[in-house]
Amino acid sequence: MNFELNEIQAMLADSIDKFIDNEYDFETRQKYAASKQGYSPEVWQTFAELGWTVVPFAEADGGFDGGPIEIMVVMERFGRGLVVEPYVANILLAGGILKRLANSAQKARWLQPLMGGEQQFALAFIEPQSRYDISDVACAATKKGDNWVLNGRKTYVLNAGNADTLLVTARTSGAQADDDGISVFAVDASADGVSIAAYPTVDGQQAGDMQLTDVAVDGSALLGAEGAAYAALDATVDEATLGVCAEAVGIMRLLTDKTVEYSKSRVQFGVPIGSFQALQHRMVDMLTACEQARSLLMWATMVNADGGEEAKQAVSSIKYLIGTAGRKVGEEAVQLHGGMGVTWELDVAHYFKRLTTIGQIFGNADWHLDKLAR
Amino acid sequence: MDVRFSDSDLAFRDEVRAFFRDELGDALQRKLEQHVPLTKQDHIDYQKLLNSKGWFAANWPVEYGGTGWTPVQRYIFSYEMALAEAPPIIPFGVSMVGPVIYTFGNDAQKKRFLPDILESNVWWCQGYSEPGSGSDLASLKTRADLDGDAYIINGTKTWTTLGQYADWIFLLARTNTDVARRQEGISFILVDMQTPGISLKPIITIDGEHEVNEVHFENVRVPVENLVGDEGKGWTYGKVLLQHERTNITGVANSKVRLQKLRRKTSQSIHGAAPLAEDNNFMRRLAAAEVELKALEFTELRTLAAVSSGKAPGPESSILKIKGTEIQQMVDTLYMEAAAYYALPFVPDQYRLETDPDSIIGHDGETLTSLRYFNNRKASIFGGSNEIQKNIIAKHVLGL
Repeated sequence: MNFELNEIQAMLADSIDKFIDNEYDFETRQKYAASKQGYSPEVWQTFAELGWTVVPFAEADGGFDGGPIEIMVVMERFGRGLVVEPYVANILLAGGILKRLANSAQKARWLQPLMGGEQQFALAFIEPQSRYDISDVACAATKKGDNWVLNGRKTYVLNAGNADTLLVTARTSGAQADDDGISVFAVDASADGVSIAAYPTVDGQQAGDMQLTDVAVDGSALLGAEGAAYAALDATVDEATLGVCAEAVGIMRLLTDKTVEYSKSRVQFGVPIGSFQALQHRMVDMLTACEQARSLLMWATMVNADGGEEAKQAVSSIKYLIGTAGRKVGEEAVQLHGGMGVTWELDVAHYFKRLTTIGQIFGNADWHLDKLAR
Repeated sequence: MDVRFSDSDLAFRDEVRAFFRDELGDALQRKLEQHVPLTKQDHIDYQKLLNSKGWFAANWPVEYGGTGWTPVQRYIFSYEMALAEAPPIIPFGVSMVGPVIYTFGNDAQKKRFLPDILESNVWWCQGYSEPGSGSDLASLKTRADLDGDAYIINGTKTWTTLGQYADWIFLLARTNTDVARRQEGISFILVDMQTPGISLKPIITIDGEHEVNEVHFENVRVPVENLVGDEGKGWTYGKVLLQHERTNITGVANSKVRLQKLRRKTSQSIHGAAPLAEDNNFMRRLAAAEVELKALEFTELRTLAAVSSGKAPGPESSILKIKGTEIQQMVDTLYMEAAAYYALPFVPDQYRLETDPDSIIGHDGETLTSLRYFNNRKASIFGGSNEIQKNIIAKHVLGL
C-alpha cells in the first residue's frame, strides 16, 4: 500500500505544474478557447515536445509506457489549468482505440502522427439515440467489394472540427445494442460523404455532429478484427473516464481553494464572509468532498493500473462520486462567490462548466450508480 | 502508487484471520451469532485473550507493552476483527487513559496503572462531559480543590459509558477558577470509583438500554498523586485523548463488513419475500453507501500512510469522524429498512442463549436493527458533534 508517485511520475507532475503555473493562466486559456480552432496548436506542439502526448502509449510504439496512474497525473493538472487542448479526444479516446486495435501499418499511419502531435484525431462513438450505451451503434458499415460503405450519424464527437482523421464506430453485424458486431474504421475528414457540423461546447471545448452518407473506405481502414471492437472501445472509454475524473479532482480542489480565499477577502456587513459559520460549514463540506473524491480516485486508478477484478466497478464508483460530489463543489463555489460566480469574467464560472460537463459525459452519476446497484 | 498490501502484511492478515476464526471460543461465538448481549466478564475475558496474544494495545509503544504494529497492520487488525464480528475493544482504558498516562504520567503512575489496563484487570470510564456542557467541554464546572495532600472533588459528570462496570474514572476538573481562558485551570485526575462520595445514576438511552450514566461527586477526597502531569494542563492532555477518540470512532472496518453482509442478504429470500436485490431503489442507496465508504476507507489509508512515513496527518484526517459517523448512520438506516416490519417489535430480551431459536421474532437480529439505528444517532453527537468538527476544520485546516 503506497500513495506516493514514483520518481518518473513525480517529474511528469512537476513539469506539467510548471507549465500551468508559468504559461497557462486563465486569460491565456480564454484566448485559446476563443480562437478559431478552440485551442492553441503551438501549445499542442509544446505538449508533444515535452512528451505528454506519448504518455499512455507502449514503449515499443515510442511511448512513455504510462497507464492509469500517469494519466491521472497529467489530467489532474490539466484540470487545475482548465486546459482546452484536445488531450481527451486525441490521446485518451482516439489514441486509446489505435493502441488497442491498430496493426503495425495502421500504427505507422495514424498512431505515430497522433503521438507526434502532427495530426489531429477524433473518436466518433456516440450517436443521437445511444446516450451512454456504447454498444448502441446504429451507424452501419456494409461490405461492397473491397470497400466498406458507412452510413449513420454521430454526435458529441470531441475535436471533430479539427480532426484530420476520425475513428468511427459502425455496426458490421448484429442488432443495434449488441456488444458483438461493432467495428471501428479510420475515416479521412475530407472523404466524400462526410459532413461535420462543428460547435463549441459549454465548457469551452470543441465537438461536432458527424453525418456519414455512403462513405467508402478500403479494408486498410478497418481497425482490429471485424465486429470485435467492443472490448477495446469499452477499455478506452473506461480509461478516458478515469482521466476526466482526475481532471475533475483537480478542478474541485482548485474551486475549493479559490472559494476559501475569496471568503477571506470578500467583506459584507463589515466582516469577511468567511467568518460566517453558515458558509464555513459549507466550505468544510466542499473540502470533504474533495478529499473523498481524491481518495476514491486513487483507489480506482490503482485498481485499474493493476487490472484487478474490481477495475470496472472502480470506474463506475469514481464516476458516480465525481458526478455527485463534483456537482456539489461546483455549485457551492458559484454560490459562495455570489453574483460574480455567474459572470463570464470569473474563472470560477468556467471551471464550474467544465466540472458539469465531466459529470455529463461517459455515463452520468445515475447511470453509473445503476451499474453498481446490480 | 500501489494498492496491494506487502507480502508480510498479507501474512499478518492471515495470522489475524485465523486467530479470530479459531480462537474466540465456542461460548463467545454462540453469543455473537445469536445476538446475545455480552456481559462485563465476556468483555474482560475477550480482552485478556487478545492480550495473551500480545494484540491488545495496538496503539501503544512497545516499551509499555504495545504491539509495535505499523499503521497498516493496525488497519488490517481492526478490519479482521470487524470481519469476524468479534466484540469491540472497550476503549476507555487502552485507547484513552492509557496513552495519557504513558505520555504525561510519572513513573509511579505508569507502574501502577498501565499493567492493569493491559491485563484488563481494571475497568476505566470517562469523566469529561457534564450536564449542560454538551460539545462546549471547556465550560465544565466540576471542581477539584486542594486540601493538604488531597483534592476535594465536587460536581457531576455525565454520558459516562459503562460507568456501572468501572473501577476507576479519569476526569477533567477545575483546579483553578482564576484564569484568563476557560481552557486553563483544568486538571486531569484519576479517581477510584470506590472512594466515598461517588454515586452513579443510570441514564436509559433511546433504545431502552443502560449504557450511560451520570456520576456525582460530593466531597470526594483524591490523593494528589492521582493528578496526571501538571496541575492546570488537563485540557492539553484531554485533547490528545479526544484525537484518539475521533480516529477510533470512524468505524470504517465495521461499516465495510456490515455493508458486505447486507449486500449478501439482498440476494436471499428472507421470510419468503422477494429478494431485496429486486428493489432498485434500495440497491442504489446501498451502492451509494458502498462508494462513500470505499472513499473513506482510502481517506483513512492515506492518513495511515502519512503517519507511517512520519508526516503529520493532512486535512484528510479531519474529515474521518464526520464521514465515518455519517456512513455508520447510513448503514444503520439501510439495515432497518431492509428489515421492514421486523424492525419494529421491541423485544431485546429475546436474545438469550437459552431462548428456543424457533421462538425468536425476526431473522438474524432484525428486531435489533431499529434499536441500533436509534442508539447510533449518538455517533454524530459524541466525541465533539459533527458540527463542532466542522468548526475545527474551518479554523485549523481552512484558516477561516
